[in-house]
Amino acid sequence: MRYVKGLKCRECGREYPVEPIYVCEFCFGPLEAAYDYTKIKRALSRRTIEKRQKTLWRYKELLPIDGEPQVGLNSGFTPLVKAYTLAKYLGVKELYIKDDTVNHPTLSFKDRVVAVALTKAKEFGFNTAACASTGNLAQAVSALGTKSGFQRFIFIPATLEQNKILASIAYEPNLVAVDGNYDDVNRLCSEIANKHKWAFVNINIRPFYAEGSKTMGFEIVEQLGWDAPDCIVVPCASGSLLTKIWKALKEFKEIGLIKELDTRIYGAQATGCSPISTAFKQGTDVIRPVKPSTIAKSLAIGNPADGFYALQVVRESGGAVEDVSDEEIVDSIKILAKTEGIFAETAGGVTLATYIKLLKEGKIDKKDCTVLCITGNGLKTAEVLNGKTAEVYHIKPNLASFEEALKKINQKEGR
Amino acid sequence: MAVRILIPTPLQRLTNNKDVVEAEPGKIIDIINSLDKKFPGFAERLCQDGKIRRFINIYVNEEDVRFLQGEETRVKDGDEISIVPAIAGGKS
Repeated sequence: MRYVKGLKCRECGREYPVEPIYVCEFCFGPLEAAYDYTKIKRALSRRTIEKRQKTLWRYKELLPIDGEPQVGLNSGFTPLVKAYTLAKYLGVKELYIKDDTVNHPTLSFKDRVVAVALTKAKEFGFNTAACASTGNLAQAVSALGTKSGFQRFIFIPATLEQNKILASIAYEPNLVAVDGNYDDVNRLCSEIANKHKWAFVNINIRPFYAEGSKTMGFEIVEQLGWDAPDCIVVPCASGSLLTKIWKALKEFKEIGLIKELDTRIYGAQATGCSPISTAFKQGTDVIRPVKPSTIAKSLAIGNPADGFYALQVVRESGGAVEDVSDEEIVDSIKILAKTEGIFAETAGGVTLATYIKLLKEGKIDKKDCTVLCITGNGLKTAEVLNGKTAEVYHIKPNLASFEEALKKINQKEGR
Repeated sequence: MAVRILIPTPLQRLTNNKDVVEAEPGKIIDIINSLDKKFPGFAERLCQDGKIRRFINIYVNEEDVRFLQGEETRVKDGDEISIVPAIAGGKS
């Protein structure tokens, strides 16, 4: 059963049929999936959803596919962790971590978007899947793509962290490392997509792919007992996740799954790549591209395609955008790990550090029920902690040596 | 020699399905206007009030013109211009 009416230009409103196209032929605005909400309202209730398997596909009527899900059948529905240890540490009342560090199969939120993109690519009849990626997307397309029988072409910036390269090449896609940054890779892929008729998940499949991000928003609401939180803090690279989480909340209200929606959406960026934050602070909606320089490589998009819409969402919802230094990012990775036992990649450090900054600035109140979107696993970028971790105690393999070390540890901890 | 311009799929309907076209060197904005004479509607798609639309990225020899002189960027013989609709990926 199909619930998508078609694609619609976000700028001029022109409508298009469901095809692998992504920009309006008239104004070049981005195309977005448009749904028949009356029909969805009849088909979907809290009870229907609750009876289904705990994956992102439990919201399938709100995703842009025609048939049954085909890819990523175990993806999504990651834990919403009540972060009482971190809340106590920060002196706030109610805090949750939406923990996509354990998404299946590649430990980042990209498993969500790729599950939807490749299901749609199957429906379109493509046999080659491709993407431009800073790493997480590369892994998700490599893994989910091989499982579902696609030929895979993965384009990455050659400077990517070694771990992320290994984590993609392990699935043996055609991995192409490009001399340049993410924006260079992205431009090149657009040029390649003109020539080769492949399913580029974040280019010609983008209107479908991007919808997968909504599932993070759906899950947050359901896991809070069908309630939207006061604040959600979302890391921003292109700005797409942030806009789709907002779309998810609005859709739940539209079809009557929640009654109230007073959530404020906050964007988090690294100062070394903060075009959205800069525009927000300057009070403009013109995003000036930048050349990224930050350890948060998964957020290093200097020319964010959805930046304009991310700003709109933040302003409409009454939120804010803030950016943080590489040092604050590393500190926050450590704080999250030592309080909640969750090891996040650099983007997670950006999100927590931004939350801490917003608390200090009074833009988020200590009483606000807040959800932090932690989008990727720390093992992917573990090298940023080199030389910055707690001390390791080296001992000889005998009891005396251990007792000596224990004395030191006890002294340090004041026992 | 002339300037080579890479045309994205959504614009190829205007360029008789050609994915590369050529033009005389000059400022970006003048090149767009000269192509509009050959391919009516071309300039309107890319520009609004003489400025490049928000959702269009234009590159000269792989550099985004917003890091150069925008619409006024001068393009020489042998240079390559690439027109890319704004899209994204990586992380959200």
